[in-house]
Amino acid sequence: MTAHPTELAKQQAPAAAPSTLVLAVDEMHCGACLRSVERAALRVPGVESARASLAAKRLAVTYDPKQAGEVDVITALDRIGFSAAPIEAVKQDRGDARQKYLLRRVAVAGFAAMNIMLLSISVWSGEGGDMDPAVASLFHWLSALIALPTVVYAGQPFFASGFAALKGRRLNMDVPISLAIILATGMSLYQTMLDNQQVYFDAAVTLLFFLLVGRYLDETLRVRARGEAQNLLSLQSGIATVLDGDGTQRKIAAHALRPGDRLLVGAGERVAADGVVCEGRGQVDQSLITGETTPAEVKQGDPLYAGTLNLTQSLQIEVTAADDATLLAEIGRLMMAAEQGKARYRRLADRAAQIYAPAVHGLGLATFLGWLAFGAPWQTALTYAISVLIITCPCALALAVPAVQIAAASRLFKRGIMVKAPDGLERIAEIDMVVFDKTGTLTLGKPQLVDDTDISDTDMGAAAALAAASHHPYARALVTAAEGRLGAVQPASGVEETPGEGLKRMSAQGEERLGSAAWCGAEAESSDGAEVWYRRGTERPVRFRFADAIRPDAAETVAALKSRGYGIALLSGDRKGEAERMAHAAGIDDWHAGLKPADKIAWLETRAREGRKVLMAGDGLNDAPALAAAHASISPATAADISQRAADFVFQGAKLSSIVEAIKTGRRARAMALQNFGVAAVYNAICVPLAMFGFVTPLIAAIVMSSSSILVTLNASRLAGEGRS
Amino acid sequence: MTALAWLIPAALVLAGLGLAAFLWALRAGQFDDLEGAAYRALEDEPPDDEIT
Repeated sequence: MTAHPTELAKQQAPAAAPSTLVLAVDEMHCGACLRSVERAALRVPGVESARASLAAKRLAVTYDPKQAGEVDVITALDRIGFSAAPIEAVKQDRGDARQKYLLRRVAVAGFAAMNIMLLSISVWSGEGGDMDPAVASLFHWLSALIALPTVVYAGQPFFASGFAALKGRRLNMDVPISLAIILATGMSLYQTMLDNQQVYFDAAVTLLFFLLVGRYLDETLRVRARGEAQNLLSLQSGIATVLDGDGTQRKIAAHALRPGDRLLVGAGERVAADGVVCEGRGQVDQSLITGETTPAEVKQGDPLYAGTLNLTQSLQIEVTAADDATLLAEIGRLMMAAEQGKARYRRLADRAAQIYAPAVHGLGLATFLGWLAFGAPWQTALTYAISVLIITCPCALALAVPAVQIAAASRLFKRGIMVKAPDGLERIAEIDMVVFDKTGTLTLGKPQLVDDTDISDTDMGAAAALAAASHHPYARALVTAAEGRLGAVQPASGVEETPGEGLKRMSAQGEERLGSAAWCGAEAESSDGAEVWYRRGTERPVRFRFADAIRPDAAETVAALKSRGYGIALLSGDRKGEAERMAHAAGIDDWHAGLKPADKIAWLETRAREGRKVLMAGDGLNDAPALAAAHASISPATAADISQRAADFVFQGAKLSSIVEAIKTGRRARAMALQNFGVAAVYNAICVPLAMFGFVTPLIAAIVMSSSSILVTLNASRLAGEGRS
Repeated sequence: MTALAWLIPAALVLAGLGLAAFLWALRAGQFDDLEGAAYRALEDEPPDDEIT
């Protein structure tokens, strides 16, 4: 992805400097999507090349800035049904440079390890037999020739990190690793010069290879998490329509909006920035911000927040100035404060290293001094000390956690759950309480048709045929409900839409109308807001009521969590009645309504002080600080961008059972990481005494190193395979 | 024993070729999109640079 645009730029430099653009295209899932996305982009005049990446869910486009702009490409993709958003240049780096840096070293170390092993095995099998000592010596020298440059090149990541730790007067896992590799290589070179048999080149390089594989896996997870977070973040903003002073409309990317810009927000669109309504009135859905499900009425002068959904009529909004005064900034501050608390979490591998590193150094030193004390020459003492270091070197330990986490993350990914924080899997395994937000988390966050039993199939079908022409959320919900009951809905022809009021068309039975009570002449009927009326000719109007429906498996999920012994609570910003109704429907006894973001944090902090570890499931902007403050957090993919950024996990689809799956996988992953530590510990318990008493030969060291690493990796791969069939 | 004189260099050169090929592929961006490449192989249409 990096080399491609620059090559193109070189070829076309004389004509005009083409601009490059990277877009996040999140709905690209298959090969067909990939081709249509690339083709759509290439058809835009002025676009010179387009290359999509399915793994990154991104599209890189080079174009002639004189003929095309980023908005042209975005609208072209929008026409074929893909929402795309530009990723700001500073955020384009997925961090895959580091990944490639490691992969190159994995390749070199792998090459060297295999060749040295080839030579070493020959020496071992010829030992004490008919092998000419001169040939053994030649093989040792050849090994040295391969090993030395490899160690210098492939060892860099460990040497650099170990050196940095020492400079900061700390010990990390890389210190014993570097020490073992350097000492083993140096000592082996010395032994080779003396024509001795204690040559450890193979062990040193194999060790390096396995450790690099672990490092690479760890980095892969991190890169994937970071890339996904950036895509989500860019996608939420999308594009916005700006009205210039002379009344002309212009589409620009939302991140380019400036305070004072006048925005045009059509019905059914999301507001792209914080602002004040300066023209128009209507209803907006603020559930993402406040958790309140009933649409709010806004008029001139009312504030609007980014992420709210404009329901009825187009509004003109002036983007408000002060950066610090925005709701987003306020929530951002709360989030940062909450995240600082979480930064103290120490990962499993780090905790293991804290105990392991001093122990390894101690054992190595004890061996050296012990043998000296018993009168061994210093070379022998040092050889034994090195074999202790090699044997104890945390090869399996370094693979134990990354291998498991990669397996767990790919298992969750297949089930539509993305792991965003690399240590999220470890934290979710520790939780003992699950706290839900209401709107959008426990519920679908979208209106659903309710009480439809007394509506006839004919009315339903006819109303849905009209509704199919509109993008209003109630109309969409009506169509979905009709499809569920009657099968496919045939859109009616000749439908006229009056924004903010309703739809109408002339048919054989007279005029059909669908819309507000006033639109259908139903003012006389009882009304409570979230509803749509349908009227055929002069017949009595039919009412369709809507409510935010609970997720279909919410009660089941809550019951499943309860049966596993987790505490359950509901924290809502909504009114008491609504919260109580939902809590009851989901089977939650401990519920709290009318909470502000700061109240939610306070509640979570009280729980934390009680020693409880909480998993927060939330989606709204108002939940973001709570998501950051909780021990672990999960968001649906429909959540506000900032919430997705704060959450450790993001799940797709309507099923709440993803939460159970995430917890289960987290716990399995932890169990497996501990099993792997166990495997490593057993190996050490057997081999360290052997090494300390000088019984470990290069052959034993090589076998132990490789087999423990392979065992650990195989154990981890069980997690990804489980339940796949 | 003289067989070693050419067997060992041969082993090293062959493995070295593999390593070089891998490093070249990595540098050429062949590992940038592992998922997409699986689908691109099944495409009937000519690759990008042949589209006019």
